[in-house]
Amino acid sequence: MSLQIISIILGSLTLASALMVVLSKHPIRSVIYLVVTFFFITSMYIMMNAQFLAIVNMIVYAGAIMVLFLFVLMLLNLNKEMEPMNTKGAQLAAFIAGGSLFLVLITALKDTLILGQTYRQQDNSIGLVKELGNLLFTKYVVAFELTSILFIAAMVGAILLAKREKQIIE
Amino acid sequence: MQTASSIGTSLDFFLFVSFALFTIGAIGAMTRKNMIVLLMCIELMLNAVNLMLVTFSTYYGNGDAQIFVFFTMVVAAAEATVGLSIIIMAYRNLKSIDIDMYNQLKN
Amino acid sequence: MAKDLTLLLLLALPLLGFAVNGLFGKNLPKIMVGSLATGVVFTAFLLATTLFSGLHGTQIVHLFNIIDFDQLQINASFQIDALSVWMTLIITGIGSLIHLFSMGYMSHDEGYHKFFTYLNLFIFSMLLLVLGSNYFVLFFGWEGVGMCSYLLISFHYNDAQKGLVNSLAGRKAFIMNRIGDVGLLLALFMLLGQFNTLEFLQIGAAVQQNTALQGGAMFFITLSLFIAATGKSAQIPLFTWLPDAMAGPTPVSALIHAATMVTAGIYLTVRSNFLFELAPFTKDIMLYVGLATTLFAAFMALRQNDIKKVLAYSTVSQLGLMFVALGFGAYTVALFHVTTHAFFKALLFLGSGSVIHGMHEEQDIRKMGGLAKLMPVTHFTFLIGTMAISGIPFLSGFFSKDEIMAQALHHNAFAYVVLVIAVTMTAIYMFRLYFLTFHGAFRGGEALKSKVHESGLSMTLPLVLLAVLSVFGGLLNLPGLFFKGAAHWFDHYLSHSTFGLSEVHNVHLDFNTSIGLMLFASAVAIGVMIWAYLNYAKRGALAKEDAALSGWERLSAQKLYVDEIYHAAFVKPLLALSDFIGKVVDIQMLRNGIYALADGILHSANLTRKWQTGFLSSYLFWMIFGLITFIAYYILKLSVWH
Repeated sequence: MSLQIISIILGSLTLASALMVVLSKHPIRSVIYLVVTFFFITSMYIMMNAQFLAIVNMIVYAGAIMVLFLFVLMLLNLNKEMEPMNTKGAQLAAFIAGGSLFLVLITALKDTLILGQTYRQQDNSIGLVKELGNLLFTKYVVAFELTSILFIAAMVGAILLAKREKQIIE
Repeated sequence: MQTASSIGTSLDFFLFVSFALFTIGAIGAMTRKNMIVLLMCIELMLNAVNLMLVTFSTYYGNGDAQIFVFFTMVVAAAEATVGLSIIIMAYRNLKSIDIDMYNQLKN
Repeated sequence: MAKDLTLLLLLALPLLGFAVNGLFGKNLPKIMVGSLATGVVFTAFLLATTLFSGLHGTQIVHLFNIIDFDQLQINASFQIDALSVWMTLIITGIGSLIHLFSMGYMSHDEGYHKFFTYLNLFIFSMLLLVLGSNYFVLFFGWEGVGMCSYLLISFHYNDAQKGLVNSLAGRKAFIMNRIGDVGLLLALFMLLGQFNTLEFLQIGAAVQQNTALQGGAMFFITLSLFIAATGKSAQIPLFTWLPDAMAGPTPVSALIHAATMVTAGIYLTVRSNFLFELAPFTKDIMLYVGLATTLFAAFMALRQNDIKKVLAYSTVSQLGLMFVALGFGAYTVALFHVTTHAFFKALLFLGSGSVIHGMHEEQDIRKMGGLAKLMPVTHFTFLIGTMAISGIPFLSGFFSKDEIMAQALHHNAFAYVVLVIAVTMTAIYMFRLYFLTFHGAFRGGEALKSKVHESGLSMTLPLVLLAVLSVFGGLLNLPGLFFKGAAHWFDHYLSHSTFGLSEVHNVHLDFNTSIGLMLFASAVAIGVMIWAYLNYAKRGALAKEDAALSGWERLSAQKLYVDEIYHAAFVKPLLALSDFIGKVVDIQMLRNGIYALADGILHSANLTRKWQTGFLSSYLFWMIFGLITFIAYYILKLSVWH
């Protein structure tokens, strides 16, 4: 029972901070709110006993990626107030589309088996590092190796794109 | 420690949260004009999907979905990196990160 | 020489003449061109006489296979029998005389070598037609003579005044022939379908063995063959091309439209006699069409004023007479008339050619007159020709017409009456022509009179030879009254060696009826001759001017307005239709329609182009929209629509 209340609270707080990401006027504040959202998502992972993913989520997303965002914002001094919003018509269309998407997704859950399912934390052991590591290095080892290539490509691309033109010529 | 009543969390709630997060991310992506905030909303959408995947992996007792989440995070990291460097370059060209200024592909 | 070699040489010689004259004729001297052309045809005639003398049954000469499948074989092979050899004799014999005539007639013409090239090609095609052993080779020759006819009729297409008229006449002939050719093609296909072969002998054998052949199929086959014959042999309704074809040079009219090409239809019918015997209804159709043709053509000739037009309508009328004989199933009688007609009609045409040449290209008989003294040889031979065609006793025409009238009297009294009227009209218009041309005062003016001269030897020699043939040609097939032993030689000759004809027996009337018939016919002919002499020579009656014509005379002079009727009924609607299609369908519907289609695509592309706004948010919006649709579709599919 208490677990349920905790999960409800955590879920609502996630949604609230996500809303603030979208609605806030300063970009820096959006970044901070996004970090908070990541915290709460991590907490939900922990509730489902996906330990490895929770830690990785924190380290990679909140730790690395958001710092990167902050660096870019600070470096280029982009912390201005938001420019004027879209036209009212475009905003309305966006809200309607989003709302319909939400409805449709909820409807997709109708008559499915997962509704009303509960689980008990102690019975779940697949989120542990040992089990995931087992899977990763046996069944998905090829994909694992390929991601290293992906990283190299991303690194090279990022460096090349961000270099200043004059330096390349020289 | 088990009692007769349901003591576990209900999984469909996490699903609802995931859907709502995705929707918020989508609305944000369609509405905001700042390119960096746009990227952040995309990250939000990705996280929503991750959450849903983990929920289903818990339901089915299958670790494959969590591995998928892992790889999704990897790709998201790479994509954020490259996206940010593109934004830097775009800023250098037009001195603005308003997404509506970049419409040369129109018509 | 072996018979097959003779045959092949016979065919190759005119082809050789065509090739040499066609390729080199421009550079050779005229005398050589003419002699070569005449020489090859005359040599072919000599070869044909050797075939004739050694004739013994039916012989097939096989050259090569054209189509050679299991189910279908069509060969290029030729047949030597009485019918084909006789036709060859006529074609090459009269052909060589006409070639000789042309050497003199066309000597002033620029296209001298071209003329002889076409003439030789014509002889070759006609020989293919009559010598073929199957319908396919016949069809080949059929088309060939049609083409040569077109080439030769519109020979003077460059003429300053009449070039257009000549070309139109050639075109008319070709188109009307083509309409008949549809019939021949249909018949070919039906024959193939029925008998799986096109060889005459094989079809004949199949017909004789299988006596239970359906009448329906035979009717359609023979009807199609008759339609083909109608086109080529100028019967109603496809006869208007022949008078127009007089626009060609006179030797062409003599060869093609008197002696040979127009008899192709008769030949086809005689060749297919075993088919026609199984289709009595077609024979009745032939009979009545022939009767109508002979009557109406004779009527139209009564008041024509162009010397060649009179002879043209006379040809149509005589062809009708031949079809009447065919309608009665008297095939040998029809061929006998073909032979005698070839003699005297070629004579008449060549004689008119001589007259035209002497009159310096004047063809209107109202401007002639008194030529008897100015052109004696032409006059005498023309007189013989006129007497032959009118049926003056003991000339060739008398015997052949008498046979046909005998058949008519025996089978169908109505037909006999019509024939009597037609024969009377024939005599009337022929003697009118003769007297107006050769007797009385010269009406063409003094300047012309001094220039009128008799034609040279190359032109008068053929006339004399043909006159001799016209006089003695009747000996070929004397009636059984006199000369019991030598009677009906032609009938026997033809039927013994031609497939199918041995079964056919012509009707022979009894003695009294025959005598009565002959006396009556003679009386009519001689009576008309005397009347014409009194009317034109003694009284000096002249051809009336156009304004003075009475009602029936106008009908005759205007050819019963058949050309005008055809023009209004067929040509004008066709031209209107093609106009409509050209202007409305082609331009408005098709062109504008395609333009409208292209414009429509352009417009829709322009509209669609606006979808790419360049704004990321709108792209995202449409993506989400698509995603919603996708998920909604699957929800509905899985839950609602089972």
